[in-house]
Amino acid sequence: MIGLEHYLTVAAALFVIGIFGLFLNRKNVIILLMSIELMLLAVNINLVAFSSYLGDLVGQVFTLFVLTVAAAEAAIGLAILVCFFRNRGTIDVEDVNVMKG
Amino acid sequence: MIGADIQILMPEILLAVYAMGALMAAVYTTKDGMAPLLTWATSGLFVLLAVWIGINGQGTNIAFGGMFVDDGFSRFAKIVILLSAAAVLLMSESYMQRRGLLRFEYPILIALAVVGMMVMVSAGDLMALYMGLELQSLALYVVASLRRDSVKSTEAGLKYFVLGALSSGLLLYGASLTYGFAGTTLFAGIIEATANEPSLGLLFGLVFLIAGFAFKVSAAPFHMWTPDVYEGSPTPVTAFFATAPKVAAMALFARVVHDAFGGIVGDWQQIVAFLSVVSMFLGAIAAIGQKDIKRLMAYSSIAHMGFALMGLAAGTAFGVQAMLIYMAIYVTMNIGTFAFILAMERDGRPVTNIDSLKMYSKRQPLRALAMLVLLFSLAGVPPMVGFFGKFYVLRAAYDGGLAWLAVAGVIASVIGAFYYIRIVYFMYFGEEGEALDGKMNPVLWTFLMGSAAVMLIGVVNLFGIEPIAAAAAATLVN
Repeated sequence: MIGLEHYLTVAAALFVIGIFGLFLNRKNVIILLMSIELMLLAVNINLVAFSSYLGDLVGQVFTLFVLTVAAAEAAIGLAILVCFFRNRGTIDVEDVNVMKG
Repeated sequence: MIGADIQILMPEILLAVYAMGALMAAVYTTKDGMAPLLTWATSGLFVLLAVWIGINGQGTNIAFGGMFVDDGFSRFAKIVILLSAAAVLLMSESYMQRRGLLRFEYPILIALAVVGMMVMVSAGDLMALYMGLELQSLALYVVASLRRDSVKSTEAGLKYFVLGALSSGLLLYGASLTYGFAGTTLFAGIIEATANEPSLGLLFGLVFLIAGFAFKVSAAPFHMWTPDVYEGSPTPVTAFFATAPKVAAMALFARVVHDAFGGIVGDWQQIVAFLSVVSMFLGAIAAIGQKDIKRLMAYSSIAHMGFALMGLAAGTAFGVQAMLIYMAIYVTMNIGTFAFILAMERDGRPVTNIDSLKMYSKRQPLRALAMLVLLFSLAGVPPMVGFFGKFYVLRAAYDGGLAWLAVAGVIASVIGAFYYIRIVYFMYFGEEGEALDGKMNPVLWTFLMGSAAVMLIGVVNLFGIEPIAAAAAATLVN
């Protein structure tokens, strides 16, 4: 029987993979965007699982909002990335270093 | 029923409709030709809305089943946000005009970001919180890379986007855990769920939420985006980042920890105190070696957020009041300082190097004096108003039983004073360097002098902000 905890474990694993992808990835900014998407989708799994477990629709409504925002976020991220590529000619993470923080 | 709800949301709806209307109008007419007009109109609308909210707001109104709360606290935050955004828009007009940066999207994006901030500070539900926060962030990612033909600006936008999206992800994960373990997304329901021993899942949710907020207020150890974004963005945009979004994020932070988790103060108090002490010291120490004044302001803002969080860490109504006063003073100081930075140029090109200020007092005694007042106020030197902001948060921390935090705050502010006073030293005693241009736009001059005057005259009674902030804090903490 698959219960709530299974879903939560999968979501937590995906979320952690997303965070690791963000920090360990040294190659390509597109992979960063994919990692961010993975994090948001992990949250969605969480929300839907809780919603079904609690018998409460609010979680699913929240999921729809998150999906919409994630789409907008990806669009803006890609737009900024295109501008960056035009100026710099590369989208390697290592080359995002004009300013040193 | 729905009519009454919409009545409560009127300022937000009006601003959102205005932004969409302005977008349509600009796209179908002269595009960038309308930009100066839109800038003035938007900032005029901000001021009008601030006045409207200030005069009209009465009591606590709840709309849409608790999702949106219009109380004294949110009104205070909204007025500060609206007025500071209006000031920044006015200051940016001539700067951006001369550099061909004044696109019609700029005032519209700022207006949308302000709508997001107003929703944020009024949120009574995790969904409203998230939507407001994202509306704000998405608009800000775009304005950070407004100068789209510059590597620095687009890189700033990219960094801000990636780290901002990470912070939204953390916050959202916290929201999902909170929802699951409290069984509701309404703050009123969450506080009931935490009434008796809160579950472990709820505490995890709280920690993730706080991590997300710490990113947004740029508190250490979640501050790494701040210096790069401040340096890379066009200066007026930096001025905006340093003012309104900080107030909105702090107010949201206070709203969530008190409205949703007010029953377990002891659990979040230690996290907030930790964030506060780390931010204060990091901001004070890392700023010392900076040569770029925008980077320096970034570290300065990290340190200031540390002090504001100190008020919040107290966990009392007085703490929230101190935080509100601190944020209002901080915003006023920053507007003046950025008016000065915006006017720093040589042969019409912006200069942000601190060295360029050498012996500034000899050429521009009045402006140097105003900057000196602002810098002393930022450092918290009495009798400037900035000192009173620090005094309130220190007292709040002490009264809240966090004497060690107050002591750490005093030490950090002494360390931090060094780099502000270094700029004063350059302006008054340094060696002669290459001169900066003498011209200053009258709008910038007015804001610089006005802000400096506020720092001196405000000593009398802080312009009566104290009782207003107390009333605002009382509606949040009870």
